[in-house]
Amino acid sequence: MRIEALERGFLVVSVILLVASLGALVYAVSARGAHLPGHVAQVDPALLAQTPPFDQPGVRQTGPDTYEAVVIARTWAFSPNEIHVPAGAEVTFLITSGDVIHGFFIEGTRINVMVIPGQVTRVTYRFTRAGEHLLICHEYCGIGHHTMGGKVVVQ
Amino acid sequence: MSAPTVMNPAGFEVVETDRRLLRWTIYIGYAALVAGVFHGLAQALAYAKVDILQFFPGLRGYYQGLTAHGVANVLTFTFAFANGFLPLMTARALGRQLVRGLLWASFASLLIGNVLTIFAVTTNRASVLFTSYAPLQAHWTYYLGLALVVVSTWLAFANMAITLRAWRRDHRGARIPLLAHVSVASYGMWTLASIPVAVLFLGILLPWSLGLVAKTDPLLDRTLFWFTGHPIVYAWLLPAYVSWYCLIPRQVGGKLISDSLARLTFILFLLLSIPTGIHHQFTDPGISEAVKRVHLIMTFGVVIPSFATAFSILAALEMGGRARGGTGILGWIRALPWGDPSVAAQLLAMITFVFGGMTGLINASYSMNQVVHNTTWLPGHFHMTVGSAVALTFMGVAYWLIPYLTGRGLWSRGLALASSWLYTIGLLIFSRGMISAGLAGMPRRIFRVAATYDSPAWDLGGKLTAIGGTLMFFAIMMFFVDIGMTIAAGRRGAHPVDVPFAETLHAPATSGWQVKLDRLGWWVVVAIALIVIAYGPFLLTYVPRMVSPGYRLF
Repeated sequence: MRIEALERGFLVVSVILLVASLGALVYAVSARGAHLPGHVAQVDPALLAQTPPFDQPGVRQTGPDTYEAVVIARTWAFSPNEIHVPAGAEVTFLITSGDVIHGFFIEGTRINVMVIPGQVTRVTYRFTRAGEHLLICHEYCGIGHHTMGGKVVVQ
Repeated sequence: MSAPTVMNPAGFEVVETDRRLLRWTIYIGYAALVAGVFHGLAQALAYAKVDILQFFPGLRGYYQGLTAHGVANVLTFTFAFANGFLPLMTARALGRQLVRGLLWASFASLLIGNVLTIFAVTTNRASVLFTSYAPLQAHWTYYLGLALVVVSTWLAFANMAITLRAWRRDHRGARIPLLAHVSVASYGMWTLASIPVAVLFLGILLPWSLGLVAKTDPLLDRTLFWFTGHPIVYAWLLPAYVSWYCLIPRQVGGKLISDSLARLTFILFLLLSIPTGIHHQFTDPGISEAVKRVHLIMTFGVVIPSFATAFSILAALEMGGRARGGTGILGWIRALPWGDPSVAAQLLAMITFVFGGMTGLINASYSMNQVVHNTTWLPGHFHMTVGSAVALTFMGVAYWLIPYLTGRGLWSRGLALASSWLYTIGLLIFSRGMISAGLAGMPRRIFRVAATYDSPAWDLGGKLTAIGGTLMFFAIMMFFVDIGMTIAAGRRGAHPVDVPFAETLHAPATSGWQVKLDRLGWWVVVAIALIVIAYGPFLLTYVPRMVSPGYRLF
């Protein structure tokens, strides 16, 4: 019957679409190096002041054009709240929380990660152009949530 | 040879006492829908920097209202409706009365759960948003209240399962009537899926909020939340699918083309809804990329039942449109009964859901998710799924269901039609605003009026959000007036006397693989196996770290 042939055809098309979409994602991950945060390290949020590298939040150079930015999120500011990096540098952010869950989102980039007490979030990004980006906590963290923002200055 | 999707097509009535319980269960849902949208309006306007919070007496902050909006609209509304609708469909399909004790228990659990939750939220003791992320800590009444809402859904499911079991004992070897099969499969999926959140609320957060346990592990809690938190979207959606599959074909004068494809679709949702939750945690630390990829693949599997649904529903609609005299490639669309408010609302729900589905695939995509995660893109997306496919369908169902349950005719057909169209137009403007602002980096869940950062790139999107959200608010108020007046003053006797159940083109097969689609218990075992594959590696290797005391920062 015609309707059954159409039904089968439609399902075949949906399987092809599914395979094609997954293929695109395999390509993104294997050939284009798309990564998500994974296992890094665990910390005790009560002991951050004694736990390297979070005992010294801030940006430091680790190679010719590589930097490490260590950031602590606490209600309702990041430490540091203003991050300066040179244009063209590859920056690895190491972020954790001193209290509740926060977000770490640098507007205009793909840096968009969660910050969870007890866990360390790592994300790497190369800033190519000079300019300013908003740094925003985008996970609800209490009554002052919308005041938790800073900036990233690319010089 | 076409076949009805119920046992006794000539007629069957649920006894009046039970109808009253089902009716009041559903009233709780619609009341929650209406109550929840007040702060929805405030949120939409806040994205255009218009602050109307001063007009909310007793409200102590934006996030208190945001919590109320989420809890009322996606938890109470959706589950109260399903608690009434799905058991009613099961009873009608099987031609069998429900278990009254369980109806009472489910209603009482829902009511008490809501009273506790409303107490906690309105007294600003639980401004933690519906996601309830620890270590933000709510009052114990909030966790217990929401757990009781979950328990009420289990009792509703138990009622359906017991009724089905009794029916099968009396009809050995017979195929389960389709309407009962899909209803039971829907809530069976949810019952299985809701166990992790029950463990989280009752086993972890409740003792923690009572001070019996000092600290908790935020990542584990979050993972348990999303373990249930993804399938929950299918628990909202599947009752709407029950209407689209088994009722709408009849309402438009068509038939469902394939009994087996319908059953297969619901079985696939039972299998694929749950082992996918970690795609909500793509940007979380502490969960390996390998686990995230397994969940990614399972998530994409949902494409199959979704496309099967698109095919089945469109075929039924086309058959109906052509039977009503529609011709040409698209002429059948015009010929559909757009003047029937129940049909119009659900057709509009289906149209907006196409966009909801497409944006959902983008969210689930591993790398694209990083662009949109926690921006207003997300509320833009889910208002086109739960906020339209589900909400608008449940409203459309109300236009026959409330008259059917009360014995009173719909108060105003015109108001109902106007409400559905206004809601859809508002929704499309709202979502366009949220999606574009989200792509420009506007974060969700912020009180933009008072934010210490801002961007001019968010202005247009914010304004569209406000305009669309305002239209949606007024549409819900129109729905409220129409349903309220129907209950209070609808014309007695002008109501539908039966559930508008559809027929399928062919009778269900009595041999072959299709018969196995009725072995629901067996499919639950397969679903559990998939869950073990998806969550086993993480849960077995993760060592909980109890590092977080409770914070009450609201």
